Formats: sequence, C-alpha cells, structure tokens
Amino acid sequence: MTLSPMETAAAKTPDSMAKRIRGLSNRTIAWIFVAPTIFLLLAVNIFPLIWTIRLSFTNFRVNRPNNDVEWVGLRNYERILNDPDVWNTMQATAHFLIWTITLQVLIGFALAYLINKKFKGNDMWTTIIVFPMMLSPAVVGNFWTFLYQPQIGLFNYVVAFFTGADPASFSMIGDVHLAPWAIVIADTWMWTPFVMLICLAGLRSIPDSIYEAAECDRASKWRQFWTITIPMALPFLMLAVLFRGIENFKMFDLVVQLTGGGPGNTTTLTSIDLKREAFEKWRTGYSSAYAVILFVTVFGLASIYVKALNKVKER
Amino acid sequence: MMNILNGLLRLRRGPWEMLATILIALGVIMLMQPFVIGLYSYSFIVTLVGTVMFIIVSHFPE
Repeated sequence: MTLSPMETAAAKTPDSMAKRIRGLSNRTIAWIFVAPTIFLLLAVNIFPLIWTIRLSFTNFRVNRPNNDVEWVGLRNYERILNDPDVWNTMQATAHFLIWTITLQVLIGFALAYLINKKFKGNDMWTTIIVFPMMLSPAVVGNFWTFLYQPQIGLFNYVVAFFTGADPASFSMIGDVHLAPWAIVIADTWMWTPFVMLICLAGLRSIPDSIYEAAECDRASKWRQFWTITIPMALPFLMLAVLFRGIENFKMFDLVVQLTGGGPGNTTTLTSIDLKREAFEKWRTGYSSAYAVILFVTVFGLASIYVKALNKVKER
Repeated sequence: MMNILNGLLRLRRGPWEMLATILIALGVIMLMQPFVIGLYSYSFIVTLVGTVMFIIVSHFPE
C-alpha cells in the first residue's frame, strides 16, 4: 500500500510531538503558522512606524546619540508646514507628478489601443515597448544623463534636427527651466509601458459582442470609442493613474541619478529633500515629521486606490 | 443630494467614504498648490482628518 505525502510526514513525526499536536485546537495550530509572519510584520513595519512617529515629536539627532533628547511637541510639523523651501519641493513634486501621469496615460493608452489591434508582429512589438520598464532606474538615469549631454547627447541632436537649434546651445539637465522636463521625459520613457499594460488588460476585457452590437446599430468608430471603449477601460485607466501617482510621489532613484536634485533645487523632489534632511543634515526628529507627513499623504492616496480597486473587482 | 445627506445622517459607508475621499484629495491639492502658503500649512491636517475618517467609516454598514 502506498502512503500519500501527508501520511508519510505524519508517520515520520515523533510520537511525543504527535501527541502534543493532537492536543491543540485548529485555531491554535493556525496561530502557530501565522505568528512568525505577524511577528515579522510588527518588527519590520509597525514598530519602525511607531518609532518614527515618536521621534517626530523630539529634537533627536542620530549623529549625536549622547545628547539629551527634548520633547518638542508639534514644532517639527510647524516648521515643515511653514517652510517655503519645503513648499517649493512639494511644487516640484507636483509638476513631476502631473506631467508624468498625463503623458504616461495619454501615450500608454494610445499604445495599448494600437497594440490591441490584431496585426503581424504584435507580440514582438509588445516586448520591445515593455523593455524600458524592465531596466533598473539607476541604469535608466545613467544613460539618460548621456543622452542629455549637450556635446555628445543624442537627445540634443534629435531636438536640433527638428528645430534647427544648435545642439550645444541648451543643456537639459543644467538649465533651471529644462531640468524639470528632463526628469519628466526620462520617467515617461521608463514607465509608459506599465500604463500601456494596464490599459491593454482593460481593452482586452471588453467583449467583442458589444462592438458587434454597436456595428449592428450603425454606430461610428468614433462613437464606439467614446461610448464603449473609454467607459469600459476607465477603471483600468484610473488604477494606472493612482498607481503611478503613488509611485511617483515617492520617486527617488531615477531623479538622483539623473540630476541629483539640481540645478539649484529645481528637481529636488520630496523624497530627495527628506533624504538630505535625514542623512546629510542629520535632523532626525525633523525628518521623521517630514516622513510622517509624506506617509499620511501616500496612505490617503492608497486608501482611494484600494477603494477604486474594489470597484473594479465588483465589475 | 438628499440621498447623500440621508446616507451621512444614517452613518452609511458610501457617502462617508466619498466625503473622506474628497478630504484626502483636497489635502493633497492643498499640499502641492503653488498659490497660497496658508493652504499648504493646513494641508496636512486636512489629509490626516480624511485618512483617519476613511479608516473609521470603512467599518460602517453599506
């Protein structure tokens, strides 16, 4: 007689342990399995969060651990929320967020719409388009730095070809007016494929029968697009917007590699500013308050994201 | 409009979640707008109220 893997494992369990396990309720056994995960979550996520909130009410500096730590109440929050420099970084983040999301959704949806049409080499083009998303942000930042070089950069030559301007006459990452657009272009290049994939999933979920019914009713392609395609793909578009919004709010690596937050503070996003406060100026209490503000904002946006996700699931 | 008010008074999840979502969105807009620093100063409290409200009202009945 052959034993199942479960029976083999049960047979190998020592008698003393088997007796102990048999005495436990199902609920207790479930807790034994879940406990390590809960412990890890508490240790890695919840404890640091509570500790950060506590530090945000103090003047603690991690590079001076022997100094007395004073309870400063809401002073760190007051400073951040009345600081014009932090306000400027929020605006730089807003510029980055608004333009990356707009461009990524428009281009991503257009690409998805084209890829959704059945044509030869469809799969190959999908793979080529998705390629930038697979790269590391550090690598993308590095090679866009070369592309933006005024002397040898391909980007300047392409712009010069279309506008007739001298390629060496402008520097995308050295000019205060162009640098914010330089990071928008690089991020759009990298993450548009992600939006395209979400939109493609939305477009492929629309049954052909709806379009066939519209054809029978003599609806034009334009009308089909606005009354069938857009409303049915809208939840997916919304998800893409929220997902990219949350991700770009925390953007750090690509921008640091590309511009380092410069020139001046024009591309200093909130996460870069936070890192400087925490690990260059060593204002741990202040940067903890800064982190809490960003956390609440991202958590709020994530709550909306989860609500939108549930609505998509209900469809 | 009356439905929304009734839902709010009867502590129903839908309208309260909508209110919390509006507060969160308003807070984020206030945080990032480039016009009035006063709005920026109050953005965090608006977002915090919206987020805490969202967590509480998600336990309300449908």
